[in-house]
This record gives sequence, C-alpha cells and structure tokens, in this order.
Amino acid sequence: MDFIIGHYNYWVVIVLMMVGLYTVISRGNLVKKIIGLNIFQVSVFFLYISLGTVEGGAAPIIAEGVKVYSNPLPHVLILTAIVVGVATTALALALVVRIKETYGTIEEDEIHNLDHSL
Amino acid sequence: MKPNLILHVIAKFLIPLIILFALYVQFHGDFGPGGGFQAGVIFSAAIILYSLVFGLESGEKIIPHHWLRILASLGVVIYAGVGIESLFLGGNYLDYTILGSNQIAGQHLGILLVELGVGITVAAAMLILFFAFAGRGRE
Amino acid sequence: MFDVVVDIVLLTFLATTSFAIMRMTNLFAIIMLFGIFSLLSAGLFVVMDAPDVAFTEAAVGAGISTVLMLTTLALVKRSKEPYYDEAPKTHTAWLPLIVVIVTGSALIYGTWDIPNFGSADAPSQTHVARFYLENSLPDTGVPNTVTAVLASYRGFDTLGEVTVIFTAAVAVMLLIGGKRPKSVPKTEGEEAKDEA
Repeated sequence: MDFIIGHYNYWVVIVLMMVGLYTVISRGNLVKKIIGLNIFQVSVFFLYISLGTVEGGAAPIIAEGVKVYSNPLPHVLILTAIVVGVATTALALALVVRIKETYGTIEEDEIHNLDHSL
Repeated sequence: MKPNLILHVIAKFLIPLIILFALYVQFHGDFGPGGGFQAGVIFSAAIILYSLVFGLESGEKIIPHHWLRILASLGVVIYAGVGIESLFLGGNYLDYTILGSNQIAGQHLGILLVELGVGITVAAAMLILFFAFAGRGRE
Repeated sequence: MFDVVVDIVLLTFLATTSFAIMRMTNLFAIIMLFGIFSLLSAGLFVVMDAPDVAFTEAAVGAGISTVLMLTTLALVKRSKEPYYDEAPKTHTAWLPLIVVIVTGSALIYGTWDIPNFGSADAPSQTHVARFYLENSLPDTGVPNTVTAVLASYRGFDTLGEVTVIFTAAVAVMLLIGGKRPKSVPKTEGEEAKDEA
C-alpha cells in the first residue's frame, strides 16, 4: 500500500504522458495535436514537481520556525517552462492559422492529398 | 459587439484589482510567492479581459502595437543591461554583488531589476500574441 | 495524510479529464476541458507546495492559452456545419495504441527504482537543493528561494528563457501579425473538394 501511494503520482504522470502521445500520433486534426502536446508538457511539469516534493515540507520561502522545505530547483525550472510553453504553443497555433489560410483545411489527411494532387 | 451590462460592470470592477495584484506580485516576489513571469502574465490577462469585453479596438487604444514591440525588447535589454553593467563595474556577467554597497544590497537591486525586465517582456509578449491572433480575425 | 488524499483525488480527476479530451471530437469542448485541466493542475501544484508554479499555471494555462486557442479556433473553423468538429476517423489507430502501451509499460517499469513520493532522502533532495535552501538568505537577502535561484543563481538560464519568449513573440508577429490578405485565391484542391 505504501508503494502504491508512493508511486501513484508517477503512474498518473505516465498515463498523462501516454494520453498526450496517443493524441499527437493518432489524430489528424492539427489543433487537437497541439492540445495533445500540451497534455504531454503538463505531465512533464508534474514529474518535476513530484520529484521535488518533501513530505511535511513547506513552500520554499524561508521563514522562522519552519524546518523542512520542498526543493526549489524544480519550481524554478517549471515556472519558466510554463511561460515558454505558452509562447511556443502560440507559435504552433500561428503556423496552424497559416496552414488553414493556404490549404483551407487543418486535417492532416486532406493536406496530404492536396500536396499530392498538385 | 453587443454590449452586455453585467460583463461591463464586473470587468470595470475587476480590471483595476487585477492590475494592482500584478504589481503586488511583481514587487513582492522577493518575499512571497511571485515574480516577473507571474506578474507579466497577470498584467497581460487584465488587458486581454478588457479587450474581450470592450472590443479589440479599445484594447489596442490602451497600448498601441509599436509600444508593445518597444516594451518587449526593452525587457530583454534591461535584463542583459544589468549583466553588462556588472561587467563594467569589474564583476562577472550578471554578478549583482558589485552593483550595491554590500552584497545584500547589490543582490537585492540586481534581482529587482532583472525581475522587472522579465515582467515587462512577458507582459508585452503575451499581448503581442493575443493581438496577433485576435487581429487576424477581422477583414 | 489529508494532503495525500487531496493529491490522489485531484490526480484522478486530471487523468479522467485527459481521457475525455482524447476521446472527444468537438474542438470547442476540448479547449474548454483543457482550461479545466490547467486549473486542476494549478490546484495540484499548490498541494505539492509549489505556489509560484501554481500561480503561473493558473494565469497561463487556464487564462491565456485558453484564449489563444479559442481565437485560433475562430480562425480555423469549417465553412459549414459542423464548425468545430474534427474529421471522423476513417480507420482504427491500432499501431499508435500499441506504441503507446509498450512505451507506457516500459516507463512504469522504470518507476520501480524511484524513491517514494515525498521521501526526504531521495537523490534529488540531497545535492543542490540543500545548498540553495541554506545559502540563499545569507547570500541574497531574499526569503523566497525560488526568486533567488531564478534571478541570481541561475540568471543565465532565465536570460535565455526571456529571449525565447521574445523570439516566439517576434515569430508570431511575422507569421500572422497584420491583416489577412483581402481575398485568398482558392487552391485547385479546394475547388475539387467543393464539387465533390
């Protein structure tokens, strides 16, 4: 039981990761692919934050009378990664908008057919 | 856009609070949770809310596009400039200790300036992203 | 103990939401669910003692990225009903399913070696983390260790991140900044599709 509770976080992280990966490789809609990538990204955030958590620890803001803190390093890495993540997601969405304007569709199969019919 | 009374009143009430909160998060980030990244995002969220409720044109009147471009670059320049300043004063790049009279003062000043740069760039970049997507929709 | 219960309940919600996102075909509903997904993750970050990260995730994930995705959806919707649906799948995706199951099993086998969640003597807690927690206040005078590490100890890293955000904004501006060309000439393929 201890083992299950102690590893539940990591298992959910892997489930989220695989859901994201499956969405990316099995769906043809480009917006849906980007959402799959985002789910994958969030699962990586959880992996880092889970690894940094200490049982009974406080948030890493130094205060008197607090002995145990969580690990601040994953927080720093993920904090910046989230904001960079939304910037890169916006770049991907911009590419999707341009694809829609050029091809008239955002379905991968239809784009593929259009490319071959030229 | 059709005006909606409830949205207008609530937004007018909320937007100053959101901006105030963003400033608090920006400048209180040394002592509590917060910092440049969060403050920038919250600040841009206030302006995005305004544009969503009152229309894109009124949103663009608050901060014109060329200002946003200047601000986005200004943040990076502030950040890199702090590094170069410490180089000129004889320290290493981004070594804030040399900026003040003692180590604590120098570090404090450096962190404050750097976080300010981060906040300005993030806020401007998020607004550039939003206006680019929203502006594409009109003919 | 209460923490662990909240943690497990929220994680289960999160996994359920992700399955719903994967199964649905209406993009509008998917994007709204993704906003809920982000809000749940923000709650989880608070439970895991990361208020800074929770702040950012709540503002970025539930706020800005949802708005960006909705504006994108308005630009890429179909010309006739159903506006927001993805194309129906023509075949069952067995190969991706197999790939995902194999990869997932390998990763879960890998978790056997990870120390339990929250254990204080895990390798990740014993190296630089201790150094940062002990030295950041005397070194910088900033009680929030996250800010101290972000801006001072790892200043180069953050400079790089800010540059990445700036570059992404410039790239988006180059791609879709400005107005759309008035009349987009129809491609041959689109005409053929309209006839069909």
